[in-house]
Amino acid sequence: MRLPELLKLTEGRLLVDAKEDVFMDRAYAADLLSDVLALTDEQTTLITGTTSPQVIRVAEILNIVAIIFVRGKQPSDAVLEYALRLGIPIITTKKAMFEICGLMYENGVKPCKDRPMPEKKPSV
Amino acid sequence: MQGSAYAREEALCIEFDVRAGDVEHGGMASSQIKAALKQFGLSEPVARRAGIIAFEGEMNLIVYSDSGGTIRVCVDSEYIEITVQDFGPGIEDVDLALTPGYSTAPAWATDLGFGAGMGLHNMEKNADRFEIHSRLDEGTTISCWVKRRTDDSS
Repeated sequence: MRLPELLKLTEGRLLVDAKEDVFMDRAYAADLLSDVLALTDEQTTLITGTTSPQVIRVAEILNIVAIIFVRGKQPSDAVLEYALRLGIPIITTKKAMFEICGLMYENGVKPCKDRPMPEKKPSV
Repeated sequence: MQGSAYAREEALCIEFDVRAGDVEHGGMASSQIKAALKQFGLSEPVARRAGIIAFEGEMNLIVYSDSGGTIRVCVDSEYIEITVQDFGPGIEDVDLALTPGYSTAPAWATDLGFGAGMGLHNMEKNADRFEIHSRLDEGTTISCWVKRRTDDSS
């Protein structure tokens, strides 16, 4: 799914545009950022209602491809400026998280996978 | 936020001071650590794992420590070593704190999206070796080692 399709589907508003063409095929939804850090795979779109400054830093560390703020939430200008610098598109929608998840899933976006971790802990 | 860089034996290190309660800058040290590791030529998956460890450690210092602490990242020929240290209050039951879902986060931290009870677990999960030492009223030191080369990133 690309941004124009997502905006139409979610009746969303684009707050920060992408630097490059973005394709969203996986997503993860959570308000707790440690859950996001624990469970997201590469190339994930984040669906969240949390607007703290840490959202964009988590997105940077995880290489999140786009952030969708639900329930009409809008992050601060500082977050938007940081997103612009990183080239991470930011979308806000009035719809709730459950509905956004359902709409995206119905249109082919899949859940992100839990990242496999090494089973054996090698000694240093 | 400015980190200080130095050489230690055969490793290059960078260190950041993190202030307790400094939500506004929370995650900035980790962003810079990840960027530095990538500039250093480490692969994205390895820099990402180290970044997650640093981020969780940084937020723990902000949310839980009495007086802040430090994050030190050293890179040698084999490993990235991330050390997060504070000077109190210390963890009463380390095994319990490591249990996914267990959290003592205050309400203000939960409002920011923290307090899922995944922080220490995430650090352990992303490390090839993980050590935690904590004493009540003295403080906590967490050391994590991430191999520079892994099967999926070499």
